[in-house]
Amino acid sequence: MTAAVTIRGVHKRYGQVRALRGVDLDIARGEFFGLLGPNGAGKSTLINILAGLARLDSGQVAVLGFDVIRDYRQARRALGIVPQELVYDPFFSVREVLNLQAGYFGLGRESRGWVEELMQALGLADKANANLRGLSGGMKRRVLVAQALVHRPPVVVLDEPTAGVDVELRQQLWRFIRRLHGDGHTIVLTTHYLEEAESLCERIAILDQGQIIALDSKAGLLARGMDRQALTVHTVDPLDHLPPALEPLLKHRRGNELVFQLHRQTDSIAGVLDALRDAGVTIADLHTEKPDLEDVFLELTRKEQRA
Amino acid sequence: MSVRGFADRNKARAARQGWRLRGFATLLHKELLRFGKVALQTLLAPVLTALLYLLVFGHVLEAHVQVFPGVRYTAFLIPGLMMMSVLQNAFANSSSSLIQSKITGNLVFVLLTPLSSAELYLAFVLAAVLRGVAVGLGVYGVALVFVPLPLHSSMTVLGFLVLSSAVLASLGVIAGLWADKFDQLAGFQNFIIMPLTFLSGVFYSIHSLPAFWLAASHFNPFFYMIDGFRYGFFGVSDVNPWLSLGVVLATLIVLAGLSLELLRRGYKIRS
Repeated sequence: MTAAVTIRGVHKRYGQVRALRGVDLDIARGEFFGLLGPNGAGKSTLINILAGLARLDSGQVAVLGFDVIRDYRQARRALGIVPQELVYDPFFSVREVLNLQAGYFGLGRESRGWVEELMQALGLADKANANLRGLSGGMKRRVLVAQALVHRPPVVVLDEPTAGVDVELRQQLWRFIRRLHGDGHTIVLTTHYLEEAESLCERIAILDQGQIIALDSKAGLLARGMDRQALTVHTVDPLDHLPPALEPLLKHRRGNELVFQLHRQTDSIAGVLDALRDAGVTIADLHTEKPDLEDVFLELTRKEQRA
Repeated sequence: MSVRGFADRNKARAARQGWRLRGFATLLHKELLRFGKVALQTLLAPVLTALLYLLVFGHVLEAHVQVFPGVRYTAFLIPGLMMMSVLQNAFANSSSSLIQSKITGNLVFVLLTPLSSAELYLAFVLAAVLRGVAVGLGVYGVALVFVPLPLHSSMTVLGFLVLSSAVLASLGVIAGLWADKFDQLAGFQNFIIMPLTFLSGVFYSIHSLPAFWLAASHFNPFFYMIDGFRYGFFGVSDVNPWLSLGVVLATLIVLAGLSLELLRRGYKIRS
């Protein structure tokens, strides 16, 4: 079956800056896909190329098999984009904006029912006739999501949709996006909240300095960190000197709290505790933590920066 | 190919054309709503301004100037004022719509759609032409209260009205794409549009000008717009109306070509 999104050898340069350096990626139909990366990694450039807002220098991008340049009409009809910036048209009400957006995609009165349904689902029904200028940031964000969905696109791209959004709205948005995914839409998400990506995405790509440095299932990515674990030790008294053998293992130290990063094969919890005891340290409490996506992300992007 | 396959393909093509037409019609509708919602500023204000020009200049110069034989100065002035309002408003509509959408960022909602560059161009230009024509008719209606005006050829009047406003609407598309700030757009309006309009024979016949300015006027496309338009009312003009029509058409073709190319390249709107 044709992939929802196909990206082949995409390069993009802005002046001297190489925003994308040969990106290859396939996103399957029906996937909940996460695109992560630090600021300036090239995520928005990639999404803009997908949406036709930026032009690629070389390579190929297709949505449901439709080339975004050659078959741009079909590609855009298949794609719904929730932009990162909180943009709106101050001349119109919520309902007007949504009906106009549906009209741009060639839909007429037949889409009115879906527009009403969208407003209901996103909690916009009470504000349907309100001018966008008067809406709160959270409400404007919901309108952006609705605008991306008016033409029922099979592929939905959300570029940092919860940036600056309060917890309640974030939960509501995710419930709605999960529902869309459940209905068969392919979802592509970029986010700074890694716990979001961890709880929602089935597969994740990490982009850094214009290149994909990791592309794996969520479980696969987390497993990359499984050879390490963090050991947190709380001492009764503040520590003057750390035993020299433990210094390479120390991740950070805050007052009486010491956090060690241990490699499963070479380091042992017992070894650390023995070394502390030998140095006369009394331990008040301790616990271990498995790495989460944030740890894996940080390690991968730091490794890339070092390279 | 089977008959059924042929019918299905024709049906699919008709559906695609229907989508495109509806997409274009929606953008045009949105552009009309945009200026219709602020009609006081976009339609009534320019009519009032033209009326003030008519009252002041007409009153001051009526007894002193007769440009065409048997035509009162106030009557002579009306087509010029109409065209001046039409040109300024057609330019203002497309340019302000584009720059506002660019600066506020909501142009993205149009750029994400399947609309082609030609459809974008036509919607912006047609909306601007309709605003220009509406303002022109408004000035005409109000002016008729003050002075009777002959109508030599309604087709000529309509032709110059539509073509000239399309020229300025196209120029507005180019300026709207080029300008990054309202300041730059105001510069375009004040240093290019306004002088060319004033020096085009709105208030006078170019034959009353010194030789240098008479020759210079022949390089101003706005002069041909006003002169041809005026011919439609009086059947008299400074130059042959066919020459005026040719110049206006040629200007429109050049500016339309340039606008379409800029939109196709995504000049300052697609990175």
